[in-house]
This record gives sequence, C-alpha cells and structure tokens, in this order.
Amino acid sequence: MAKVTNVLLVGVGGQGTILATRVLAGVLVEEGFDVKMSEVHGMSQRGGSVVTFVRYGDKVYSPLVERGTADLILAFEKLEALRYLPYLKPEGTLVVNDLALLPAPVLLGKAEYPYNALDILKQKVKDLVVVDAAKLAEEKAGNVRTQNIVLLGALAKRMDIPPGTWEKVVSENVPPKTVEANLKAFWAGWEA
Amino acid sequence: MKKLLSGDEAIARGAYEYGCTFAAAYPGTPSTEILENIIPYKEIYAEWSSNEKVALEVALGASLAGARALVAMKHVGLNVAADPLFTAAYTGVNGGLVVVTADEPSLHSSQNEQDNRNVAPFAKIPMLEPSDSQEAKDLVGEAFRISEEFDTPVLLRITTRIAHAKGLVECSERQEVPIKEYKKDVAKYCMVPANAMKRRVFVEERTRRLAEFGETFPYNRIEWGDRSVGIITSGISYQYAKEVFGDGASCLKLTLTWPLPEKLIREFAAGVEKLYVIEELDPFLETQIKAMGIPVVGKEIVPNMYELSPEILRQKFFGAESAPNQVADLNLPTRPPVLCAGCPHRPVFYILKKLRVPVMGDIGCYGLGLQPPLEAVDTTICMGASVGMAHGFQKVGAWSGLDRRAVGVIGDSTFFHGGMPGVADMVFNKGGGVLLVLDNRTTAMTGHQPHPGSGITAKGEPTVEIKIEDVVRALGVEDVQTVDSYDLKAVEAAVRHALEYDGPSVVICRRACALLKGLPDLGKAVINQEKCTKCHACLRTGCPALVSHPDGSVTIDQTACNGCFVCGQVCPFGAIEKVGGGERG
Ligand SMILES: Cc1ncc(C[n+]2csc(CCOP(=O)(O)OP(=O)(O)O)c2C)c(N)n1
Ligand code: SF4
Ligand code: SF4
Repeated sequence: MAKVTNVLLVGVGGQGTILATRVLAGVLVEEGFDVKMSEVHGMSQRGGSVVTFVRYGDKVYSPLVERGTADLILAFEKLEALRYLPYLKPEGTLVVNDLALLPAPVLLGKAEYPYNALDILKQKVKDLVVVDAAKLAEEKAGNVRTQNIVLLGALAKRMDIPPGTWEKVVSENVPPKTVEANLKAFWAGWEA
Repeated sequence: MKKLLSGDEAIARGAYEYGCTFAAAYPGTPSTEILENIIPYKEIYAEWSSNEKVALEVALGASLAGARALVAMKHVGLNVAADPLFTAAYTGVNGGLVVVTADEPSLHSSQNEQDNRNVAPFAKIPMLEPSDSQEAKDLVGEAFRISEEFDTPVLLRITTRIAHAKGLVECSERQEVPIKEYKKDVAKYCMVPANAMKRRVFVEERTRRLAEFGETFPYNRIEWGDRSVGIITSGISYQYAKEVFGDGASCLKLTLTWPLPEKLIREFAAGVEKLYVIEELDPFLETQIKAMGIPVVGKEIVPNMYELSPEILRQKFFGAESAPNQVADLNLPTRPPVLCAGCPHRPVFYILKKLRVPVMGDIGCYGLGLQPPLEAVDTTICMGASVGMAHGFQKVGAWSGLDRRAVGVIGDSTFFHGGMPGVADMVFNKGGGVLLVLDNRTTAMTGHQPHPGSGITAKGEPTVEIKIEDVVRALGVEDVQTVDSYDLKAVEAAVRHALEYDGPSVVICRRACALLKGLPDLGKAVINQEKCTKCHACLRTGCPALVSHPDGSVTIDQTACNGCFVCGQVCPFGAIEKVGGGERG
C-alpha cells in the first residue's frame, strides 16, 4: 500500500488545538494529499483529554491511527504527551510543549502529576523536541495567544512540506490583524 | 472543488446541494454539527426543535407540505422519535424525508450504546450507511431520491467516526427542487385502523421492491480481489477492513443495508472460499445473511461492543500483538471532564451534597455533578427522567411512611425536551417531589444551542422567551421559587423550604453558563495568604481554578476564574477576596 503518514495532536480540552488542526488540514489539502482526520467532541470540551488523528498520503482508508504507528506527535501538554506515547513509532518524533496542566484528580490531591515527564520522555523517545511555546510566543511573536502556531511551526519543520504553503495557510486562518505575529510565531517554532 | 469536511458537515452540504428546503433537529453528540452547518444556508429553513419527536413531526409536516426535509438526531434521540417514525413508515412522504441517526459506539458522550441499524427492519424503512464524508454527502441525494420514488422516510445511519471524521468531498452547486403540490389523501395520511391495515400491505410490497432495487444500487458493490477470503461490510467498518486486508481482498461493500440485496450477497458468497462479516456492534448483517442459509463468520471473531478499529481487526484476524505500552507502569492520572470554573451548576450540587438528599439526575453538563468532590448525583437515565423518578421515589415514602424525599435536577433545555410531562404527572397524581431546574440559559453540553426558553431561534432571530416559572405554574405547581445559582445561602434556603413543603415544589436556579458570550464581568477571586489557614474548605467545591500546592497552600488561577465567588462563600475564614468586576450582575 502507498505510504501514509500518521500524525497525532494531543492536548487538553479548551487548549485551542482546533486552530492548529485546521491549519494542518489546510496545508495537507493544499499539497494535494488524500487526508482523513478524526477526533471525538463532546465531553472533551470540559477540560478532558483530547486527541486528533491525522492521516495523509496517496490514499487513506481508516481515519484512526493505530498504536505504534505515529510518525509524529504534537503534544500541547506534558501529561498528554506521556498518555499518547504508545501511539509513537519507535523512530517517530515527539514535539512537546513544556507545559503542565493539572487534571482534576491532581487538583483534588487524589493523584500525582508526573512532574518528571520530560525526563521520562527523554528516556523513551529517540527524537524528542521540547518547545516552551508560551515563552517563544511572548518573546519572538509578542503575543502569548500564538502558542499554538509556535507548536505548529515546530511540527512543520519535521514534515517535508514547503514553508510557503504553511505561511499561506496560517495567514488565511488567523484574524488579519494577527497575521504578522502568527508568522513570527510559526518561524519561532520552526527554529526551536 | 474539494473540501475537507466531517461527515456531519458533508450531510449539511448534501442537504444544500440536493434541494432540501427544511431541516429540524435536537442537538446531541455526534449529530449536532449537521444542523449547525445547515443553519447558515439561507435556502434552507432550519430549527432546533424542542425534542426529537417534535423534530421528526415538524419534518414530516414539511414533507407532506411538499418540501424535501431532513431531520437529525443522536442514537437515543431516535428512541424519542420512534413513535412518529414507526407510523410515518406507513404514511410515506410527499417531499423526500431523510432521518439521520448518529450512533455512538464506545459511548464517548452518551448514556448507552445502541445499534440503530436495528430500527430499519423494526420500523420497516430503508437504511443507507455512508463509509466516509464523500458518501455522506452523496447519500443525502440518494436518500431523497429513494424517499420520493418509494414513498418512504429513509434512515441515514452514521456513527461517531463518520460524523466527526474529516475527509475530502467534491462539492457542487445546489439543485433547486420545487416544493411539490399537497393533496389531501386520508387513506394515505390518516392512519386509523382501516387505513393503516391497507398501508401495512403497501409497506411489505415497498420492502420487496426496495430489496430488488438494492441488487443494482451502485453503492452496493463487489470489489473482487483474492478469492480465498471475502468480506461483507458497511459504514466505517469498510475502511477498517480495507486498511487491514488491503486492496487485495474481495469485498462486498453494502450501503443500502436494509433491506439487503440477497442475490448480490449470494453471488459474492459463491465467489469466495471463506466468508466474513466485519461490522461494528450488533451482528446486524450477519444474522440476516445466516438467515439466508449462507455460512459466514462474524461475531465469533469481531467484538459486539464498542468501536471497532484496524488494530482490533489485526489482533482478531491475524493474532497481531498490539504495540508495547511504554507508560503502563507510570500510573498516569486520568483527565476526566469537569464542570468549568464558575459553572452555575456547582453551587447547587454543593448544597445538595451538604443536605445529603437523594438526587435524581438528568442529562446535561450537570451530569458531571456525579464526580468528586461534589458526588451529589444518584441517577442518570435519559432526558427528562429526573422528574418522574423524583416523584416515584417520593411516592414510595408517602406510601410506606419511610423518608423517601428526593430532589430531581433537570437542565433548562432538558426541561423543555422531556421534563414538562413529568411535572404534569406529579401534579396530577398528588405527588410531593421537588424539582430543581438548573436554568443556565442554554443547551450547554452540546455546544450552546438555543431552546424554547432562550428567546432566540436557530437562525438567530429574536423570539418569544418561554418562562419556566410560567410553565410550571400553568401545570399546577403552586410552590415555585427562583434563586440565583451563585447565591449559596439562597439556594440552600429554597431547597430546604421545598423539601418541607407539602406538595410538588419547583426551584428554578438561574444563572447563565459561564461559557456564554457577553456575560457581565464579575472580577476575580484571590486568596489572601495571610488569612488562609490551608483548611481546604474551598477545594470541596471542585472548582478547577483552585490550585492546591504540595505545601498545602491554595491559589486561584486568574485566567480560569470567572469571579462567581462560590469559593469565597464557603471559606470559613474570609480569606478569599474579590478583585475588580462590577456589581454581582
Ligand atoms: C434523547 C436525547 N437527546 C439528546 C441528547 C444529548 N444531550 C445530552 S445533554 C443535552 C442538553 C442538556 O442541556 P440542558 O438540560 O440545558 O443542560 P446543560 O448542559 O445546559 O447543563 C443534550 C441535548 C441525549 N442525551 N438524549
Ligand atoms: S459549559 Fe456551562 S453549564 Fe457546562 S460545565 Fe461549563 S459552565 Fe457549566
Ligand atoms: S470565584 Fe472561586 S469558585 Fe468561582 S471561578 Fe473563581 S476560583 Fe472558581
């Protein structure tokens, strides 16, 4: 079967993974790939864990990514990076945002957050990219709200798609006034 | 032009392209986005109906009036709409009528898992199952055509992974379909016994013709390949089968999955050595194919619960081992959904927990009141169940002399959906139950759709705002109180009063959902660390904006906090202070 690339975007409901997903989808369509994406809405919006599966290539059947087959995972939060690690291929790349969002059981003192998440990831993932999206968004783009695009930039660098396409689609999908900041954010992520 | 659309978006697009002029729905995951994406088309009248039964009746009325009509609901919604559906199967249609059911294997956001393919033979209406977004759009057109040609409502059945998965869809222009003439025809539309008996015969005859039609319907197709194995499949399972068995396997892809094309199935079965059925949930195809006397393997291998996946098929068919779980031993904390910071449901559950009264819950965001630390909900069944159950629970007490006072808790949208008949029942039958209506001004759980109490239509036009107070009074409830959900003392006093009151009692707890737009700025709460004794009383509200630190101290996440000040009301030391914001709007 022709090659299909598998990507996961994982994070926490309300973190705004939606814009990143939309841009990624736009880029893949623009490049002429067959694309399937799948996510589960509903309860996830109330701060639950969220995952979007993205698959692209010449011809894609299933919208689901199987464990152990993801070429790339973009994690918007560290605990979620760990949770979805079993999806990553041994030689796959994990881009993780250096951010901890405490889930309800931790807030209530009923469970412990794995504060050593990055150490565990370093042990288990050969190709790990850690991005401090908040810092880069603030320092390089001058707008903390561009964190998603910073992360997307870091993902984009590992995807073999011309940067021009990314710039075009990012520009089309953000409010006109924020295009410049978002493009800076994209490049900050790319170079991270 | 090709667009990347979800199945729901594609169905909306199909409604547009194939001349639909009328759409009705009640929200429910994973069907909600169908109507949401129809609403922007000015060529289509669209409404959020008060429930699914009403939505189907509205659409049936539109169909008889001559319009192509589409109605959408989640799987359990079809239970609510079953009554009109089973008789619309007899009357048939005038303009085409498409009923979309969105099932949810693995109940990501539902109270049960049901396979609504079973409804098609039960109601005796044809059913189409798309396998991706492109088909979801195309089949809306086919469904309208079949509906009009065969004089029947058509069931378009999707599942979460069709509804919420995106794929490329070729989009075209709209074809205008003129509204048909309406002719009075009581023999067809008045299903009194004498007429219905005749239509009953028509239904059987129609089913026979539909089965014949299915034999050459191009969306039922054989893909010949390696003949040693043949797979019969439909819907999303087709994609999983192709993913796992590859292009090489022989496949019978069924799309009109009721009534089934028997000749086509026999032809396929005869052409392969070993025959499998790959389908999610019930052995729907399998049972029918076995009844044809064709040996086939299905549920012996393929699970009959939860979503299917390529991974599961690989394990079951090829004994493939699943990928190692490198984090199995880490005991990672779960991340369950929670009531938002500032959710108006939280203070009500806080009081109900304090009063230790059994709570007959209902369906909505307030179902989350079940979770720690609130843990205030005793039951969750279906939309509207809270009222009847609270009434029944209380009646046992009245009969036996035991204390069986209970509180029903229902949301505003759910009240209009299925709560009102329960209130009438309680009043009529001299009940003494208590009903709390959590009026957060919207249907929050499914993404904030308006309802009959919102004062705004699906299309965004202002309309009559039906007052819940007026409704319950008109239904005969004399003891009606309204409180601000954020005011803990007022909520507690009202609930205590209602529990003591002799007779049915309703408390309307009103405060807008914290996620609605345009709410007054209530400022933020901050903890004065000098006054805080680290007693953690505030954490018992379960607000996710309250962060407890390893040293025992608590702070408030200023981005998440909406200033509801519920935490401030429970702090025994007055350590939580309000900063900014206008008056308590
Ligand atoms: C018969 C049926 N239709 C639809 C749904 C989907 N659903 C779950 S909760 C809900 C709305 C709840 O709204 P409301 O009662 O106002 O409570 P809120 O979520 O706003 O707190 C809906 C439509 C369902 N579970 N059952
Ligand atoms: S969406 Fe609204 S009703 Fe639902 S949990 Fe959040 S604040 Fe509460
Ligand atoms: S005021 Fe208190 S309870 Fe309300 S949102 Fe802020 S932290 Fe949560």
